[in-house]
Parts: sequence; structure tokens; C-alpha cells
Amino acid sequence: MACVIVWTPVMTEPFLEVRDLNVRFRDESGFASVPALDDISFVVGAERVALVGESGSGKSTAARAVMGLLPPSAKVAAKNLRFGPADLLSLDHAGWNALRGSGMGFVLQDPRFSLNPSRRIGWQVEEALRLHTRLTRKERRERALDMLSAVGLPSPLRIYESFPGELSGGMGQRVMIAAMMINRPKLLIADEPTSALDRDLRDQILDLMGRLTAEQGAGLLLISHDLQQVTRFADRVLVLYRGKIVDERRGHELSHSDHPYTRTLWAARPSAATYGTRLPVLRRDLGTMP
Amino acid sequence: MKSPIAAVEVRRLAVSFDRSGASVAAVRDTTFSVFQGESFGLVGPSGCGKSTVLRVIAGLQRDWTGRVAVHGTELVPRARMTGQLRRDIQMVFQDPYASLHPRHRISRALGEPLQVNGESQVKERVAEVLSQVGLDPTMARRYPHELSGGQRQRVAIARALLLRPKLLLLDEPTSALDVSVQAEILNLLSDLKVTHGMTLILVSHDPDVIAHMCSRAVRMADGAIQEVLDRTRLSHYA
Repeated sequence: MACVIVWTPVMTEPFLEVRDLNVRFRDESGFASVPALDDISFVVGAERVALVGESGSGKSTAARAVMGLLPPSAKVAAKNLRFGPADLLSLDHAGWNALRGSGMGFVLQDPRFSLNPSRRIGWQVEEALRLHTRLTRKERRERALDMLSAVGLPSPLRIYESFPGELSGGMGQRVMIAAMMINRPKLLIADEPTSALDRDLRDQILDLMGRLTAEQGAGLLLISHDLQQVTRFADRVLVLYRGKIVDERRGHELSHSDHPYTRTLWAARPSAATYGTRLPVLRRDLGTMP
Repeated sequence: MKSPIAAVEVRRLAVSFDRSGASVAAVRDTTFSVFQGESFGLVGPSGCGKSTVLRVIAGLQRDWTGRVAVHGTELVPRARMTGQLRRDIQMVFQDPYASLHPRHRISRALGEPLQVNGESQVKERVAEVLSQVGLDPTMARRYPHELSGGQRQRVAIARALLLRPKLLLLDEPTSALDVSVQAEILNLLSDLKVTHGMTLILVSHDPDVIAHMCSRAVRMADGAIQEVLDRTRLSHYA
């Protein structure tokens, strides 16, 4: 793959390395015969990488494996699963705690479920600083207010004192991004960060994450079901289908992909141009794609 | 030029809700007509009032003022919708899992509206309608959780079709679905509209879905119509 050469020269090695990641879920009768992830490999450096696929493709499972958030019913195996010097497969509880909020940040789909409803926004944005730095209360507050204004929230002081319930979905997601980026993580993982938002807000939130990670020299791993969205946004796109990476493209080349799955998924999106026509659909009897 | 026959006429519709003592206007001074046999769209961001308009036409939201007529029959505010009108207007919701009883098999979910309306040959009709929406009739034995999201939405559409409605109301019918499944459901709706000669009203926050499906649409914001979109405008929309 040509992906190695697109990294910026300052990059010496990727932050995240995933080699032959395999995940199986256990049910009543033992481990499922079909893996949720079937030996996928990818790396993320100081760039925007998108994992794109439909429900059941394994894209969220991949993100959760990297974040160490899979349930005990999942069996994770990999030839290599590293974040910088840390081997994620053998990391203990303390090791994960040191990494989360410091090396890695996560933005999930719905801020209503990721923010604590009973704590003020300021307290939550400062959390990573409280846990991972020795900054004083005053310094933390200044950094938090700076961050709230950096994510484009009006009157940061008022937001700082608010509770999550007083914010809209778009504002909530901006707060989440502020909380995740405040301690300058090396990698931001965003799992469908805009799916719960209105369309007009989606590009704004993506642009914000892209801008902040670029400014801080961090990488961004975006999980999305929306091909059109990631094409505008990501440097590289990995297309997942039934637990396998079936296609890998530069973002702007995705629309020209000759892979049958990517092509169908691309063309299945309705628009004014498809008025009065039938949309192409996947042949689900194909099993695994070529 | 003679104008086409109106399937739905909405004049100066207003709906307000009580929120902690204060009255909040969800829909204000909304007027539009839907012609027979067309696909009409209501598009706008969440909270703009588009779903509330649909629920008024469906007879689910009964507290409103203004004038609403469906196929020439005036709806009466605060009255239950009954009789032929109730059968002629059917609705499909966004989340098919929430609109199907989790402990009822598909055969029961689909059989009940037929029994309530005194139809005979319930089993045969259920099998027929399932194949109309592209599902195997043996699916009738399953529970909702044993179906995929797309299959569940097909069941919800099948249930709406059972009583052979003239007007099908669709509230974000594909928003919870993958894009490839969305394509299947939109194709299905286009086919059914032709074979059943139905009028469709489609509510969506997605301008692309509206532009793909509808001959005309209105864009709503803050409870009121902001813009009327004919086909020319829809073709530049998104």
C-alpha cells in the first residue's frame, strides 16, 4: 500500500499499529464460528483515517478493541496491537487508565450518554487534567475555558457552569471534544460522532475535530457509516465488510473505487439526481465479497 | 389548467404543547395541499414541527386548530379518527423495533388489524402482504428481535399496507437504517406507491431522501413553512 509515504515528514512511526486483529464474541454455545473482526491490519499516524462500513461490519468493534472497551464476552487476538510503546493486549487496569484521557481520547455517538448529567460542564472538561496533570485549580479552569472557546462554544464561562441537560446535541458534542482534546492526546477516536446530530451540524463538528487534531499534531480515527462524509474528510479510508477490510483508498479517491462493495454503497445513496430511478442494492447472497 | 385533486388539504394548522406551564407553538400557520398519487415531502431539522404535522393528519395528535381534510373528509379536532378514514390513512414510524410488540410474533402483529376490521382469510392476507414487501411468508412465525432492522421496517410497511390505505404517512422511515438497506426500502416504497396507487407523505431530516422520492415538498423550520419546493427546486436541493 502507498499509505506509508503520505505521512508528514515529522512522523517517524505511527501512533497506533494494528496487525491481524481478530475478535470473536461468545454466546451460549461458545465462541461464534464467524469472527466479528477477521485479521484486520491498519496503522494511524498524524493523519485522519476513517473506518467505514454498515452495521455489523465490525467498525465499532475495531474501535472498541483499540480503546480496550470490549465486553468480557469478546476474545481479542492480534499479532500486534500497539499504541506508541504500549502493548494494548497486555495492558492492565492502571495502564489503561494512564492511557485514556492522556494518550487517547474517545468521542462517542451521543453526548447525552457520554456526559455525566449531574456534573457541571467545567468539572467534566477538566477531568483529564485533574487525573493526569499537576496543574492547579486555577490553571485547570483557564485551560478549560480556553478549550471551550476553541471548540466554538459561545460564552465559555456560562457553559463552564452549565449542566449537560441545558445544552443542545451539537453543543454537547463540542463539550465532549473539548474534554477529550484538553490533555493533548496523540490519538482521537471518534465513533459515529455526528450520527445523532442534524445534517447542518455534522460537517462543523468534523471540521472542528480535524482542525484540533491537526493543530496538536494528533491522529484521528473516525468510525462512520457515511461514505460521502468520510470522502470529504479523511486522508485514508478503510472499508469494512463482514469483519474484513475489503477496500482501502485515499479519501478523495473513494468515489472512483472499482471495488464492487464500495461502488454499490456509494451509488445506493439517494439524491436529486436519482429521482425516479431505482437505487442499486447489494446482493446479500454473495457471502463474502471478492 | 385544472388543478389535480387534493388528497390532503391543510389550512392554517396550528399545534401548541404545554411545557411546564407555558404554551409552546410546535406548528404555526401551516398551509399546504397534497395531490392524489403524489409523493409529498416535509423536510427540516429536528424540532421543526414536521412530525407533528404528520401526526395531526394521522389522527394521533388531536389537539390542533385550523382545517385539515383528507380525501374531502374534514378531520375534527379532539375527536378520535374512526371508520373508513382510519383505514384509509396508515403510518410508518422511524423505529420499527419500537412500533412492533416485542412479544408478538409477526403473524399476530399483522393479523390483528385484519381481525379488528373483520376481515376473513387472515393467514392468507398476511402471507400475501409479506411477499409484497419482499419477505418470505415463513417470517410470520418470527418475533421482531429475530429480524434485521430492514426486515422489521418491511414488516411495519406491510402492516400499514394491510388495510389498503389511500394515504401512507412515513415518519423518517429509513433514518435508522444502513444506506444499502435504505435503498431497498425506498425502492420498495416507490414500487408500492405505483402498484397500490397510494399518496405518500414523507417526513425526513435528510434533503437527499426527499429529493430522491418527492415530486413536491415543503421545508419547515421553527414550526412554520419556510419554502415550497417544486421539482425544479428539489433538483438543486441538498
